[in-house]
Amino acid sequence: MSVQVQLRVNGKAYESQVEPRLLLAHYLRDTLGLTGTHIGCETSICGACTVLLDGKAVKSCTLLAVQASGSDITTIEGLAATASPNGGLHPVQEGFWEKHGLQCGFCTPGMILAAVELLGKAPDPTEAEIRHALSGNLCRCTGYQHIVEAVQYAAKSMKKKRSDKR
Amino acid sequence: MKHAVKMKRAARSKSQPRMAPATRYIGMPLKRKEDPRLIQGLGHYVDDVQLAGMHYAAFMRSPYAHAKIRSVDLSKARMAPGVVLALAGADVAGAIGPVPCAAQIPDMKSAPRPVLATDRVRFVGEAVAVVVANDRYAARDALDLIEVDYEPLTPVVDPEKALAKGSPVLHAGHANNAAYKWELEGGDLKAAFKSADKVIRQRLINQRLIPVPLEPRGALAEYRPGEQQLTLWSATQIPHLLRTQIAAMLAIPETQVRVIAPEVGGGFGSKLNVYPEEALVAYLAMKTGHPVKWIESRRENFQATIHGRDQIADVEVAFKRDGTILGLRCQVIADLGAYYQLLTPLIPTLTGLMMTGCYKIPAARMELIGVFTNKMATDAYRGAGRPEATYLIERVLDLVAAELKKDPVEVRRKNFPQPKDFPYATPTGLIYDSGDYDKALDLALQKADYKKLRREQAAQRKKGRLVGIGISTYVEICGMGPSSAMPAGGWESATVRIEPTGKVNLLTGASPHGQGQETSFAQMGADILGLEPGDVQVVHGDTAVVPYGIGTFGSRATAVGGTAAYKSLLKLREKLAKIAGHMLGEDASKMEFAGRKIFSKSAPKKSVAFADAVGAAYVAKTLPPEMEPGLEATTFYEPANFTYPFGTHICVVEVDPETGQVRLLRYVAVDDCGNVLNPLLVDGQVHGGIVQSIGQALFEGAVYDEQGQLLTGELMDYAIPRAADLCWIETARTVTPSPVNPLGVKGVGEAGTIAATPALAGALVDALSPFGVRHVDMPLTREKIWRLMRAGGRRAK
Repeated sequence: MSVQVQLRVNGKAYESQVEPRLLLAHYLRDTLGLTGTHIGCETSICGACTVLLDGKAVKSCTLLAVQASGSDITTIEGLAATASPNGGLHPVQEGFWEKHGLQCGFCTPGMILAAVELLGKAPDPTEAEIRHALSGNLCRCTGYQHIVEAVQYAAKSMKKKRSDKR
Repeated sequence: MKHAVKMKRAARSKSQPRMAPATRYIGMPLKRKEDPRLIQGLGHYVDDVQLAGMHYAAFMRSPYAHAKIRSVDLSKARMAPGVVLALAGADVAGAIGPVPCAAQIPDMKSAPRPVLATDRVRFVGEAVAVVVANDRYAARDALDLIEVDYEPLTPVVDPEKALAKGSPVLHAGHANNAAYKWELEGGDLKAAFKSADKVIRQRLINQRLIPVPLEPRGALAEYRPGEQQLTLWSATQIPHLLRTQIAAMLAIPETQVRVIAPEVGGGFGSKLNVYPEEALVAYLAMKTGHPVKWIESRRENFQATIHGRDQIADVEVAFKRDGTILGLRCQVIADLGAYYQLLTPLIPTLTGLMMTGCYKIPAARMELIGVFTNKMATDAYRGAGRPEATYLIERVLDLVAAELKKDPVEVRRKNFPQPKDFPYATPTGLIYDSGDYDKALDLALQKADYKKLRREQAAQRKKGRLVGIGISTYVEICGMGPSSAMPAGGWESATVRIEPTGKVNLLTGASPHGQGQETSFAQMGADILGLEPGDVQVVHGDTAVVPYGIGTFGSRATAVGGTAAYKSLLKLREKLAKIAGHMLGEDASKMEFAGRKIFSKSAPKKSVAFADAVGAAYVAKTLPPEMEPGLEATTFYEPANFTYPFGTHICVVEVDPETGQVRLLRYVAVDDCGNVLNPLLVDGQVHGGIVQSIGQALFEGAVYDEQGQLLTGELMDYAIPRAADLCWIETARTVTPSPVNPLGVKGVGEAGTIAATPALAGALVDALSPFGVRHVDMPLTREKIWRLMRAGGRRAK
């Protein structure tokens, strides 16, 4: 048995026949070939599989593809285009690069998308707010400090971009 | 037996170690070349590699810690949709050799592990059968159709009970569960204890840990029968060693095996190994004609990837009233788990080698027993035997200070060797290369404002607040070489190939998986050849491309692999200087490299473009007489000694008297890892290392119940630190170059993990000292602390 799903991923419309039990993470990775979404625990704890679903950071390893049908998804591959359609990185990606916010890189896509969600809600977060917002995303390499700095960097640069626009 | 590690005494260099000719980029906090692909989701970890016709393997694992296998019925699984093959232990017993162990301890008992269990299982998670199907889900579905008939046996879980008479024995032919006994003694221990004013005894437990790289293990194999070529992608830290072992396990020529370590999502030692699944996936690809992929689930990762630590140490220390430590005697039981993995028996011996820490302790002895239990094997987990040593000696120093009512800083300082004492020979047979322990301690005290901290602590205690200060002064052994002290080669290789266009490929035998050597080695290459870091591409992790190497572990990649790269770069610099000198009609010995140009010091205006000199090496028409064309140099560098980073960590915690909750208030880390290629990367290593240690100190612990079930089988039950659990880590460095290698570097990958647990434990014991607490075993969980406070409170009444 298969069911039809329709979703937008990184601005592109997709229609697929999938098994009802297919996880969204596997749909993105195996069906669409968007392997930037990683799977680290399959239990919603580690957050490596975090994607933005209608702007909300969700863990795609414990969502079914059918549950996501009808929604608009941004994965790490499509994030940069949401900020700068003419190429270039999203400010959060820039922050991670500038501040050495990653080592092995496996948690990074999920960590970045969780940070994007935070900065959407709280453009000027405190250190404690950043740490709290990222507590659903595990990193075993960095000790989080450079990640916190990366998010602070991004917050500052997004603030500057907003004020430049005005 | 008496054990002593014999090592060539490192020649002490008279001058400061020579760095690269010009240091424009070395020492600079360059952002990483690795990052653009990783922050855009464009890297390729094993599970991201897709091959046409790819199939998936899934493993049936034992739910019992100890059982006989009566039968395995695969008939239903073989009929399941999508399944192409299902095999049990008996099906592969003749075709695939056992899991290799490279470590040898005299008189250690053999305990071979078949890649799939045949007649007996010895830990929960041991693989019993494997299924290959055309789809991930189908492979996993088929596992439910496998029927295994087990006859449960009494599990052996407690390592002390495992050694008791009458305990069930894990391995046939063994009289008991002791895998080996190992002794190390140096100095006159009897005299030390005889002349002591005091002796303290303490039991210290270093609990079992689960490494938890964010990417679990995974392997993908493809076999091309026409070319007789097997390609194995594996999340490994040691692609070449893995290739050698896989070829041996499958009994095929090593030349037919190519191992690729693609992007690897963290290792921490857990991927410094050879696992049954890697050999099986390779075998299954050959057998089915399909590429076969296996990706470990997190539950499998917890059950069937190596664990770390797990030592019980009974320690006695002899000391004088003034705080001088005279002798140390340790009896250690190391829980090895059910089988040996690659280095299992060796790891606890590193604890013995480092047991005297950064102190002049004239006599020391360790008796170590490795024990088999029905658990996953322990092996190298970040620090590998050295965190246990630091924890042991630093807790001992705290106990001595408490006994003498002295400040822990004073007792430590009292026992430091002085800079003039280096190279310093320990009673355990090591030679510490260089050190200035007071300097790092002083800087840490100054950064933390230690005196003020103590004053504030006293004031807060009066208000009923439980604040504790912990200190750890550590030394560790890393830069793993020389070969005489290593199971399989203590060297590293590097080939530098300058391509005809002037772009540089630097091929390293190290296998970075997050450490950032694509950047730091490019910095070195750029400085030595007068180029930009973007001109130097660092290539690693592919045995078909990179000359044989050892890999990344033991904080060795820069000290050993970096030195190999440095030497190869210098060889080519020298050759290019000759070519350019010949082209310019200048003395080759006076050539300088800068701005992508080569020129003479004496006539800098006349220069040859770097790319032109390189081109000349390939066109080969204007070469100096007798010079070979081409620009490629390979170095196999073996250091004469290990390197010994050191430092001081200070931690301040507060305990909530109502709940036992521990809050980190401050963490100050002063580390000395010798010269630094990229301080940004060093900070990252230090932060990550410390936080893994905070995990051990406060949260983590692999718990098996009395039936040998792994209770902490998921991230839900096994807590690793989250961002909100931590405080800001304040880092600083002193720089004492290593005389062992020409870069003067030591290594930093494990220092944080090695240093931090005793600082945290010391801080907590200090916070709880009003309750009469002298020692607490990790993890320092709320419940444990709450109980201690209740017990201490009652005692106080």
